[in-house]
Amino acid sequence: MSDLNTRRQFLSRFSFAAVIGFAAFCLGVASFGQSAKALVEIDITQGQIEPMPVALPSFAADGGDPKLAEEMTGVIAADLKRSGLFRPLDPASFIQGNMSVNTTPRFGDWRTIGAQALLSGSVVKQSDGRLRAEFRLWDVFASEQMLGQQFYTTADNWRRLAHIIADAVYERLTGEKGYFDTRIVFIDETGPKNARVKRLAIMDQDGANVRYLTQGQNLVLTPRFSPKSQEITYMSYEGTDPSVFLLNIETGQREIVGNFPGMTFAPRFSPDGQQVIMSLQQGANANLFTMDLRSRRTTRLTNSTAIDTSPSFSPDGQRVVFESDRGGTQQLYVMNADGSNAQRISFGPGRYSTPVWSPRGDLIAFTKQHQGRFMIGVMSPEGKGERVLTEGYHNEGPAWSPNGRVLLFFRDTPGENGGPQVWTVDLTGYNEQRVVTPAFASDPSWSPLID
Amino acid sequence: MLNLANYGRVLRAAITGALVMLVAACAQTQPDGLQGNGVAPGTGQDFVVNVGDRVFFDEDQSTLNAAAQSTLSKQAAWLGRYSKYTITVEGHADERGTRQYNIALGARRAQSARDYLVSQGVPASRIKTISYGKERPVAVCNDSSCWTQNRRAVTVLNNATQ
Repeated sequence: MSDLNTRRQFLSRFSFAAVIGFAAFCLGVASFGQSAKALVEIDITQGQIEPMPVALPSFAADGGDPKLAEEMTGVIAADLKRSGLFRPLDPASFIQGNMSVNTTPRFGDWRTIGAQALLSGSVVKQSDGRLRAEFRLWDVFASEQMLGQQFYTTADNWRRLAHIIADAVYERLTGEKGYFDTRIVFIDETGPKNARVKRLAIMDQDGANVRYLTQGQNLVLTPRFSPKSQEITYMSYEGTDPSVFLLNIETGQREIVGNFPGMTFAPRFSPDGQQVIMSLQQGANANLFTMDLRSRRTTRLTNSTAIDTSPSFSPDGQRVVFESDRGGTQQLYVMNADGSNAQRISFGPGRYSTPVWSPRGDLIAFTKQHQGRFMIGVMSPEGKGERVLTEGYHNEGPAWSPNGRVLLFFRDTPGENGGPQVWTVDLTGYNEQRVVTPAFASDPSWSPLID
Repeated sequence: MLNLANYGRVLRAAITGALVMLVAACAQTQPDGLQGNGVAPGTGQDFVVNVGDRVFFDEDQSTLNAAAQSTLSKQAAWLGRYSKYTITVEGHADERGTRQYNIALGARRAQSARDYLVSQGVPASRIKTISYGKERPVAVCNDSSCWTQNRRAVTVLNNATQ
């Protein structure tokens, strides 16, 4: 590997209990010299996008485990395809075979089959048992390398490694952070509709590696990821009143959030992860409170004879969007983080609920009910530019991808045997995809990317 | 099998599978109340069958209609007679709302029923409330015949033997 650039770059993203120790190195340019301008880039600010054709030949195993190499390549291809921005080409069309990280592409062969970008790579199990994966991303039109990286990790992390490579490709080709090396926390639902068992569960964003964090003894709802730590806040029916809990998913440590005189629900973290904002039920009314997780101090934000719930901070922590029926029906309001100056922002026909502030800050996603239909939509924090992204019998509970490009939500199906399933839709309203789960699933929430 | 005209009767029947035939039969001939229908007075079964353990609400509402007030008045009288019971009033919503709002709406309905029971002389110290939002439907079809049954407040005897 004479072309290895020694500049080290640590990926310290979202470390997870058994998933640690990724080190990434940049691979230098193979033979064509680094050029300043790549020809192949996607402008993802447009509406419907023609997906970029990409060639993803199976990584070479270099005498190692070809099945693993093929499966890793498959995970990368599936990530890129699901994004809706890329169209992996049929490997049967490939002219040049036996690609590895050290193969010089015959660019004409790749142009012939219509590829705009080409990913070549190798994954090798070293004598110490660790995997070494290397890849190069090629601009087929410009005949040059766009990106080259090398990673080391333990063998059981191979899926995660594939997601990290897919993120690198996504970021290089779109100019935006990827979201493939992330997880989704959700509620697993089993049993008949009138006796549902609900479990807190977590999976990779592509639906793999499902783990159950509770066992179904207690009804659990609305889990939300901390933006800064391996913690989840959720509502659980246990103790005197149903309450908001905090769970550390690495240690399993669990605690009740605050000591409130009544039911607490609809929790969400502040952007710095130091506060939980939630509703407290007081008689017929629900009001918003925060609890500081360090000082344990609780602060009342609203004091209305209404249902104030589903609060969500702006990414700068300065404002809070929430739903309230103080004006008669559920509508969205934005107030300052100290509870002052609440202003209604939703004015269209119907009822608006479950607002979530985009991690980019420029949009608020919501559920909207109108004439018996349930929609997922977005509008600006000032209430302008409302757009419906999906609508149907029942769509509910949007949650943003960490890069603000994709929304998770759940879609319920009617009737005795119906139940919720988790879906994604692009901010553009295109590319609806179901996230396959072992059973019915609701209340999805995306983990952050931490770097 | 459910129709709107008799859903109240059928609902009572839905309380427990074992009671279905009994209740349906009684409901044909007996008004609510402490009747000689073979149910031991003062039991949980008596409360469910002869008094009625639940009241229903209009869509997105928590106000008590005349039927609900009548049922709650009977509950209060019964609870006055059998003072050993403490109760939990469970508030519920139908599935045609969002989860967090429905939790609060269920709480509002439970509170509404609780307040009425207190106004009828049931000591507040005997009453606890809880909301299940849309999480515990009793009827699972996807039309209004089911949704009307799910928009409810149910009075549960905490220490009933039967």
